Parts: sequence; C-alpha cells; structure tokens
Amino acid sequence: MNRMAKIALLVLGVALAFVLALIAGKVWVPLWGLAAGDPRGVIMMELRLPRALLGLTIGAGLGLSGAALQGYTRNPLADPAILGISALAALGAVSAIFLGLGASTGSVAVCAMAGAALAVLLLGALAGRSASAVAFVLAGTVLSSLAGALIALLITLAPNPFATSEIMSWLMGALTDRGWLELEIALPLVLAGALLMRTQARALDVLTLGESVARSLGLDLRRLQGVMALAIALIVGGSVAVTGIVGFVGLIVPHLLRPWFGEEPSRLLLPSALGGALLVLVADSLVRLVPGAGELRLGVAMALIGAPFFFALLLRWRGGLA
Amino acid sequence: MLTVETLGVTAGGAALLEDISAALMPGRVTAIVGPNGAGKSTLLDCLTGLRAPDGGRVLLDGAPLAALGASERAKRVGYLPQDAPLHWNITVRALVALGRFPHGDARGDMGRLAIDRAMRDLGLDPFADRLAGALSGGERARVMLARVLAGEPDWILADEPLAALDLSHRYALMALLRGIAARGVGIVLVAHDLALAATYADDALLLDHGRLIAAGPVAEVLTPERLGPVFGVAFDWVRADDGTRLLVSSAGTRHGRAES
Repeated sequence: MNRMAKIALLVLGVALAFVLALIAGKVWVPLWGLAAGDPRGVIMMELRLPRALLGLTIGAGLGLSGAALQGYTRNPLADPAILGISALAALGAVSAIFLGLGASTGSVAVCAMAGAALAVLLLGALAGRSASAVAFVLAGTVLSSLAGALIALLITLAPNPFATSEIMSWLMGALTDRGWLELEIALPLVLAGALLMRTQARALDVLTLGESVARSLGLDLRRLQGVMALAIALIVGGSVAVTGIVGFVGLIVPHLLRPWFGEEPSRLLLPSALGGALLVLVADSLVRLVPGAGELRLGVAMALIGAPFFFALLLRWRGGLA
Repeated sequence: MLTVETLGVTAGGAALLEDISAALMPGRVTAIVGPNGAGKSTLLDCLTGLRAPDGGRVLLDGAPLAALGASERAKRVGYLPQDAPLHWNITVRALVALGRFPHGDARGDMGRLAIDRAMRDLGLDPFADRLAGALSGGERARVMLARVLAGEPDWILADEPLAALDLSHRYALMALLRGIAARGVGIVLVAHDLALAATYADDALLLDHGRLIAAGPVAEVLTPERLGPVFGVAFDWVRADDGTRLLVSSAGTRHGRAES
C-alpha cells in the first residue's frame, strides 16, 4: 500500500471516530437526531460537535508535536507531557488565572504558551544539545514535578474552595463541558503551530545524521530551536490552556505509525497528526461510556493507556530492540 | 581553490592550530596526516566551516568561507564525518536524499537526478529501499559518501573515512575518492593510514602539535626524514621486487610505495 492510501485510511478512521464522538455518550444519539425538530439535535450541535472538533484539534496537535519532538530530540521517548512541556504550559495558565495576570481566556492561553516555550528552552539548557534520550526524560521529569508542585501551591494559596478539584482538572485534562469558545482559542493556535512546524520538516530529517552533519548541510540549529519552541508553544500552550494536560498522545501515536510510514521524521508528521486526532476522539468517546454518575477524565484515560505503553517501550529499549 | 591563511585555533588556553597557511587544489586528493593530537580534525572542521578559527581565515576561491551563507557554503563544501550517528533507521535512498538539503530540492527534478546519479556511481541502486541501519560497515560508508555526492559539492572533506573499514573496503573507498577527484572535485581527508595516504593521495599536509611541518606532493612530504621526527618512529625505504620503493617503519609496517 502506498503512502497516500495509508493516509487516506487514517483520514477515514478520523472521520469514523468523529461520528462516534457525535453519537456516543450517556445518551446515544443516532445521526438522524440532527434532523430538524429532534430535541436530541441540541445535544449534538451544542455539546458534542464543539467537543469533537476540539478533540480533533488537540489530538492532531499533540500527535504532531510528539512526532516533531521525537524528531527534534532524536529521542523516541519524547512527548510534550513526558518532557514537562505540558506541565509548564499548565503552570503558565494557572499563574494567569490565580495570580490575576489576566482574567480573559486569551491571556490564559498566552501564559500557557509562554510556559510551553520556556519548557522547550529549559530542556535545551538542562539536557544539553547532544543529550541522550535518558537525559531528556530526566530533565522532563524534573520540570513536570516542579511545575505540578507549583500548580498545586498556587491553587492552594489562592482563596479557592474548589482547590483540589481545580488542581486535578489541570493535571489530568479533559474535554468535558468544553464548547465553541475553547475551540475558538485552540484551533487557530494549533493550526498556526502546525503550519510553522511543517516548514521545519526537512530540517528534522537532516538531524537524523547528528548535529555536525546537519550543520555541515547548512542547518541553523539556533533558528531551528527557536522555531520549534514557538511551534510547540502554540500547539501545546493552545491545547493545555483549554483542556489541561493530556499526556501520552504524542508518545504513543508516532510509535504505532513508524512501522507503517517509516522512521523519517518528516514523513511521520501528517500521519501523527491524523493518528493523534483518531486516538483522542476514540478515547474521549470511551470515557463518556464508563458507567457511573460522572465521566472518566480524558487525561486519566490517556495515562491508563499511555503509562503501560511507555513501560513496554522501556522494556524493549532495555532489550536493545528499539 | 581552498586556501588557509595564518589559521589559528585555541581552546582552553592551549593552541590547537598555530599559523597554518596552505593552498589545496581542486581535482586532487589531499591527505592531512600527523600523530594523535596534531590538530588534523580541527583543521578539517575549519575547512568545512563547522568551526570558526580564532585567527586567520579560510578562503574558498578567493572569498572568505565565513562570509558565505550557511546553505551556500553547504552547497560547495561537502562533509563526510568519521562516524555519523543514524538516529532513525531510514531507507538508503532517503539518507542519500538528505545531501540535497542545502539545495532544498530532494523531491524536485534536479534533486532526483543528482540523487540517482550518486546512487548509481556508488553502486547503490540495489539497496535503494533497504534500511540503512541494516547495512554492513562497507555498505554504510558508500551510502554516506553517496549522501555527500548527491549535494554535488566542489569539495569533499572527509574526517578519517577509513577508520571503521577493513583493508579491502579502505582500498575500494580510496579508489572511489580518486575517481571523484578525477572529475574536478577537490578531496581532502584526514588519514591515519600512511600507506593509503602515500598510495592514493596526490598531496599531503603533515601536522604536528598544531603546526604545519610540511605541505606538498606526497612524494616530498611522506618521506622517512619528515615522518620520523613527527611520529617518533624510524621510517625507511625498501626496494620491492618490482622495483618500486616502499616506505616502512621500524616495526616493519609497510607505509606505501613511491615510483623509483
């Protein structure tokens, strides 16, 4: 099967997952519920449609940024959440809200983006430019823990009766009750980040041969770092500002797609965006089907799927197979 | 022509290169030789533009290398490192195509032609869809050279390209480089193997402790009188049965031949 056929298959998968996200939930609504006069049409148009579109957007963004980060760091364990980028974005958002840096959703997104960009630059400084995969993950762990603790501290210090649930909602993100407003914030940011990242696709390929060869081929590493930091900030900052941290999407998706599309970083970007959208749409449909009064948080679901996956990757690595 | 003028490099207070001046000719194979720590790789890094010298300058056809834009420099000077990592297991063709990065046309017509030519020249057509990570050392060396050739540079600068290869692959690679030089490309390589340098190179630069000891045709530079003091080993000529002179060190190792 050629590349276009595989991509077409992924697009079909995303379309089916999108339909699933519209009809699945505590109340199953068939597609003809959209017909005029059917009261269930309101559930689909006002609740599920924006939520599904948001799921599509952040899923695509997280899948894409995972693939790009893995290419950029030459590290198959890279993911915005594992490297602490999402946590710093969340810290940025929480700072904006609880320190009164700005009450509007726009300024929350800007602070989240600033946090994400800071994380990318800090990672570079902490792990060094030619760092090993393990050094990056360790640096990410440090950033994640610190940002998580600061988020909890800020929320606890602020006069807030719902502190515990607020902390949880940032650390374990969700699409619950998100609507058109959140989509209006996230979509342009993720789109802009994706377009920016696309311009660096070949630069990521050239890094396959290491930094010396990349430089000898005329690659400007500083510029690449700057553009990557900005693109990741737009995507991850834009996503985290409206949903909180949703981890592991960027880790899992490129790994599942590599045997299918090859390891060349540029060839994984579009498939990973599609795969990320597919994964988040399916996962967000499933969390609504868990029995009980409330629904499982998407961040919890992704961690339940992603952590064992990460563990399996580490085992494969230890065996020298990765 | 690639020229270095009073080149100097220091690191941590120590001089890695001091006052190096030399002119390298296109269409010839120039070997940079010297003992460990002589500054061979540092000189090569300056010639590729990967390292900015602390003093002096490198000129490419009369124009300062440092003044060229990164991609313009990359189009004209190709760099073949000793042992480049392969972070992702990509296909041979995808790897060779990376050589077109400075031109930005790996998927364009011009780029495809250049990639095809480089693959054909190095006999890589049967390997095109194989994964580079699964190749043997000799095959990998050819793929890496094809990557440089695909960029169609005027100069190929190679840092010990032979280090990881066994003898037969060393001879094969040197023969390939000679063939490329015959087309007018200037080849500069850091060489530990004096036998190969003496046999396959046209010119040599002999370095010791960051200083240029001698430069010129190999017959004049790679002589017992010059090599002995630099390497701290006695060298001598012996006459082979076919009448050619062989350069040998006191341990009895052959170090190449010269016409008698």
